[in-house]
Formats: sequence, structure tokens, C-alpha cells
Amino acid sequence: MSPRITGAVAVRVLIQLRRDRRTLAMLLALPCLVLTLLWWMFDGPAGGPGFSTLGPALLALIPFVVMFLVTSVTTLRERSTGTLERLLAMPTGKGDFLGGYALAFGLVATVQSVLAVLLSHWVLDLQVAGPVWMLVVVAVVDAVLGTALGLFVSAFARTEFQAVQFMPLLVIPQILLCGLFVPRDQMPRVLEAVSNVLPLSYAVDAMTGVATSTGSGLGGVDASVWSDILVVVGFTLAGLALGAVTLRRRTA
Amino acid sequence: MMKNEPVVEVRDLVVQRGRVRAIRDLSFSMPAGEVTGLLGPSGCGKSTLMRAVVGVQVLTSGTVEVLGLPAGDRRLRDRVGYVTQAPSVYDDLTVTENLRFFCRVLGAPAGEVDRCIAAVDLGSRREQVVSRLSGGQRSRVSLAVALLGSPELLVLDEPTVGLDPVLRRDLWAMFRELAAGGTGVLVSSHVMDEAERCDRLLLMRDGALLAEEAPQELLQRTGTEDVESAFLSLVDQAREAA
Repeated sequence: MSPRITGAVAVRVLIQLRRDRRTLAMLLALPCLVLTLLWWMFDGPAGGPGFSTLGPALLALIPFVVMFLVTSVTTLRERSTGTLERLLAMPTGKGDFLGGYALAFGLVATVQSVLAVLLSHWVLDLQVAGPVWMLVVVAVVDAVLGTALGLFVSAFARTEFQAVQFMPLLVIPQILLCGLFVPRDQMPRVLEAVSNVLPLSYAVDAMTGVATSTGSGLGGVDASVWSDILVVVGFTLAGLALGAVTLRRRTA
Repeated sequence: MMKNEPVVEVRDLVVQRGRVRAIRDLSFSMPAGEVTGLLGPSGCGKSTLMRAVVGVQVLTSGTVEVLGLPAGDRRLRDRVGYVTQAPSVYDDLTVTENLRFFCRVLGAPAGEVDRCIAAVDLGSRREQVVSRLSGGQRSRVSLAVALLGSPELLVLDEPTVGLDPVLRRDLWAMFRELAAGGTGVLVSSHVMDEAERCDRLLLMRDGALLAEEAPQELLQRTGTEDVESAFLSLVDQAREAA
């Protein structure tokens, strides 16, 4: 890996995003809109406890889903237009390519999450027991997880249609089983076991942990939050490693 | 690089792509300082051969050496320029942004960006987004990227398709100039009349070479007036022999 090339890839991805104003606007505004809708549905201006129970899970979910979609489509485009082949015929390392994307989208995810967290906490009155900035940390980790998985699945799609179809296949089951609808420990045992090996479960647990508990440890949160974050980081690294395997310099 | 020292050395190359044998036992060597034209009908294996030379093709058997190293070797990655048939540039970036990005990836001096844009005559379009350019202009952006850092070998897959004749002439003049400076230039085309502009020709059909010689020698040997007729006469000869 070379910092020069990784940086070049990240800057290029950001320039592309800046040019695509509509996508950029959606990336930043959509999470806020969805959260507002959720707040309105549960609490409304009258107030109530619903938003504070589900809000954290949504804050974890949205960056993951959005980055998964954006990344799988953009990298698929790189594969199909031949720019990926060109880059790999140049001195680009696979790590440069993956790292550049993770860096650029990680940055976008940070802005996205800061906006969503600011809105949720100060406007929509989300109750957060732990430090508010930790919500952003968890959201960014989730977004990078989405990026990593998106990079990986893009190898198995030949068209953008197929890439988008990976969302119901890989993402919706995770949403169903992450504890958003039924607490994970109250699910049938088989499903609970399945949810234990899905990364989004840990992402949601970490976010809920920040919102509902405090601790004396690092970042003022319970130690379980950090262990959940570590699991998510582990899945991210595994996703990137699998993604690297699918980037081939030589093809048949 | 010494003139006439081989930049590309292909020995007993076989490439199977799915069920198709794209390259059937093919050997040739290509000297530096010359423009080598790879000609043949569409689907004859030209692109596969070029991919093998660049080192992005999985080989079934045989060897491909470039500048004395196995094709695709890490040390070759900034010494070989490659243009595929599809313009491999970013549609949503401007011409300059594309060049600047690839220039940073290659670690070439920043001045290369302007030089290469000028070389393909896109100076007046440099701030335009690539998706707004015509097909020919897009492939010139792709060509400009391949010129970055003055690679020792240029592999160009049909770089002149769909271009205006004046521009086509200018590009061929540039290939000649690059070759005169010691660069190895391998250009493919399915247009036989481009053959006369090459120092050497590789005529290809069905994954095999029909001929490997200078255009003049080819015409003399086959007793024909133009490369297209020479090609046909070689195909007929091969049929009779079979």
C-alpha cells in the first residue's frame, strides 16, 4: 500500500461525489428525513418514549445500509467500465483501492452521522445516557462496515440491478434480526443464534449501549459497547480482506 | 533501451476463455523503437493477446515477457501504458481530473498532465466532464492516460476507431514519433489500411498468426497490392494447405 495512491483514490471518489449533487444531497439529507419520520410517527410534537427506544437502532442502521448500497454500485461501475482493470495494471495495490474507498466514504459517513446525531439529540430530543459524540463514532464504524460489505458483494454482481438486489438478500435479514423488531434474547433460539453471527446486531447493540448506559471506561461508555464495536471492526476487516480477494489483476 | 532489443517476447502462448480457445499456440517478438500493428478481424483474439502482453489475462500455457520481465510483473506497472477498447476513464470527472488522478497513481511528475492532454489535442476540452465528450474524444482521454509518465511500451487496442481522419493521421504521427524515441508501440486495428503506417505487422485470424513481417515484405511475398488482399490470399493459402 502507498499513502500517495490511497489518498489519490479517496480524493477522486470525493470529487466524483461532489459532482453528483443529487447523490450527495440524498446521502446527507435522507437519514435526517427518515429519523424525523420515525420521531413523528412515535412521539410527534406531544412527546413520548418511542423515539428514544428505536432511534439509536436507526442511527446504526441507516449509515450501514446507505454506504452498502452506494459502495456496491460504485465499485461495480469501476469493474464494468474497466477503470478497475486499468488501476490494477498500474502500481495500485488492492489495499490502496479498498482503503481509498473506505477513507472517502468514511468521511462522508462522518458528516452524515454528525448531522443525524445533531438532529436526533437536539431537535428530536433523543435521550442519550452516554456521551453524544460516541453515537457518531459508532455510526462511522457502521458506515465503514457497510462500505466493506458493499465492496465485497460488488464482485458477485454483473449489473447494477443485481448489485441492488443484494440489499434484500444480505441487508434486510440483518435488519429483521438485529433486535429492532423483537429483542434478540426473545427470538426463537435458532434465530437468536443466527443474529449472533450477523454484524448489524453488534452495530445496533453498540449504538443502543451508548444511548442507554454510561460507564467509567474509555469514552464514558460501558465496556460492552467497545466489545460490540470491536466485533463490528472485525467484520469490517474480514469484509475488506474478502473484497481484496475478489480484486484480481488477472482475469480469465 | 537499445533499438531492436525485444520489448515483448511471446512464446507458445495458449489462452482458453471459457469454451473458446482465444489464442492457439502463438509466438512472436516485438522490437523497441518500432510500431507493430496487430491486425485481424474482430473476434480473432487481438484484445486477448494485448491483455496477455499487459499481464491482465490468465494464460493457459506459454510465456509472455515484457522488457525482460514476466508480463504483469510488479516492476512493469509504471512502464507499460495500456488502452482498452472501452475508454477506461471516469465519466463523471473532467479531462484534467482524470489525468491528474492517474498521474498521482503512477507517481509521474504533475507536468505530465498538460503534456498528455496536449498530445491527444484535448486542450480546449480539458475542463469538460468526460460524459459530455464524444466517443472519439473519450477514447483520446483514455489514450492520454496511457501516455502519462512516458511508458517504455504502449499497448493500444484500436485507439483510432471512429476518429476523424485528420486526427487519425496525427495520432499515427505521434505513435511513429514515440517509436523513433525508443518506445515499443503495439497497436491493434481491424482496419487493414492502417497497416501501411506500421513498421511491422502481425496478421491474426482465429487466434493464430498468419504473418509476421514488414508491410512491404508481406505485399511482395503474397504478390498483392494492399494488406486486405494479402490477408485474403494468406487465408486462402491456409485453407488449401488444410
